[in-house]
Amino acid sequence: MLLVAQAAQMTAAELNLVNDTLVLPAPLPLDGGQSLPRVEVAFETIGTLNPEKSNAILLFHALTMDQHVVSTHPRTGKPGWWSKSVGPGKVIDTDRFFVICANVLGGCMGSTGPASLHEDGKPWAMRFPVITIRDMVRAQVALLDVFGIDQVHAVIGGSMGGMQALSFAANWPERTRAVLVIASTARHSAQNIAFHEVGRQAIMADPKWKGGDYHGAGKGPENGLAVARMAAHITYLSEAGLTEKFGRRLQNRDAKTFGFDADFQVESYLRHQGLSFTDRFDANSYLYITRAMDYFDLAEEHGGKLAEAFAGSAARFCLISFDTDWLYPTAESRVIAHALNAAGAPVSFVELSAPFGHDSFLLDVPAQDRVIAGFLNQ
Amino acid sequence: MSALRPDLAIIAANVAAGTRVLDIGCGDGVLMAALRDARQVDARGMELDPLGVAECVAKGLSVMQGDADTDLADYPDAAFDYAILSQTLQTTKRPDLVLDELLRVGRKAFVSFPNFGFWKVRGSLLWHGRMPMTRSLPVPWYATANIHNLTIADFRELVRLKGIRLEGEWFLSGDHQIGAAVANWRAEHAVFMLSR
Repeated sequence: MLLVAQAAQMTAAELNLVNDTLVLPAPLPLDGGQSLPRVEVAFETIGTLNPEKSNAILLFHALTMDQHVVSTHPRTGKPGWWSKSVGPGKVIDTDRFFVICANVLGGCMGSTGPASLHEDGKPWAMRFPVITIRDMVRAQVALLDVFGIDQVHAVIGGSMGGMQALSFAANWPERTRAVLVIASTARHSAQNIAFHEVGRQAIMADPKWKGGDYHGAGKGPENGLAVARMAAHITYLSEAGLTEKFGRRLQNRDAKTFGFDADFQVESYLRHQGLSFTDRFDANSYLYITRAMDYFDLAEEHGGKLAEAFAGSAARFCLISFDTDWLYPTAESRVIAHALNAAGAPVSFVELSAPFGHDSFLLDVPAQDRVIAGFLNQ
Repeated sequence: MSALRPDLAIIAANVAAGTRVLDIGCGDGVLMAALRDARQVDARGMELDPLGVAECVAKGLSVMQGDADTDLADYPDAAFDYAILSQTLQTTKRPDLVLDELLRVGRKAFVSFPNFGFWKVRGSLLWHGRMPMTRSLPVPWYATANIHNLTIADFRELVRLKGIRLEGEWFLSGDHQIGAAVANWRAEHAVFMLSR
């Protein structure tokens, strides 16, 4: 408990924490054929870059997260999304490593996205080009260039962050020595795309979406975005986890109301998840980022053979999946592991047992800590 | 390598330096680490227990969580100079098919197993009419992972039927190596090197 208290009180100075935004020096070419001028990248760094610039770890965030890895989130006031694992003496030890995490291209926490202003002074909104996972990574490689970092110690990502880590390994193989992919996939399945489409349709069916031109017009499509989040949130949890947490228990009442109020605790929980999400996320960003994930198919980019994607890589790989994750199940990580084996890459793969579904990678799974620390400390 | 279990020490001593090795059922990776550190071997592992995999990763080893019965199929032909299966053959569902897979992914294979023909094992059955519990078979019949116990004679017969070549054989009584004479009576453990 003492350690937890100390960690909570750790100041930005003690963490060597920096939050900043920079403009990329050159326009960013996109997979869709366009080029984005004046791309801003908002990022957080923790720790100190050594003089050789050899101790950097590039951390990729998941769909609805951002660069606030350890810093208090400016909108929610909550601790950073991986403050449990990143910090001095922690699993990703910032006494040793310089951790960089950037808000993805298309995001809404400071990096250029659909809510950013176009040259005409109005938000891009739906004029923003459709981007890909590789475009997101390209922006972050450009950030490494600004830092003067030729090769990072490791790239790490869970979920959509894992897709970025794989894309980085495939497209910039010489720029990392190790690749850690957690609860992720090398391509979005039909089921993955289907859930995302439900979310997008919920947003676009909200009259306040207005074809995406809701910026500066007061309230946006908050109902639609909340429903999108509710649907997605179910996919992040396991059935057993939901049953254990809520069962069929009623919310602050003794009997069903024979109405459509949130009678059940699970309904109340989901509504809360949906509503609180709208305080911190932009609906158009949600459309663009989920689209990028749906377009992700690493094998397709490499002639249909996933092993080809890793042919040029000399990096070590480690893949972690969770037995209760049905969004990106173990079979998806095995596909990646087999491709890496076929490519002759040094790869470790482990399926860990955790009750929390896809979100396990963010929660307390001691076996995961052991694997990550062991893998990074080589 | 003195800390290695005796059957592993025999295998380690007979793996050529600088080769590629797949250790199936590698546990916490002690053999792989020894081969890497002492013989510059490019060692890869497969282990069913996630905690074992975690131990291996912490040692800097490359290990896939997997099952010898099903997951060897994912490796290309002759991907390794040696495939090693130590104390695992008797736990597989189809030892005969696993043997085929070993010699498909590896040019050579090491197989070690506890000998069910060992005199104490025979004695337990003969005199007491009970399933044996010995130093090398310490778990009672209802809880043991050993579902296909075998003797040295059984193994030789299987190898002969499959037309597999015996490249080397080593026998252990306790921690000591013994000669091949009446090994099926005297040996607690056997180690074989095989090729096609």
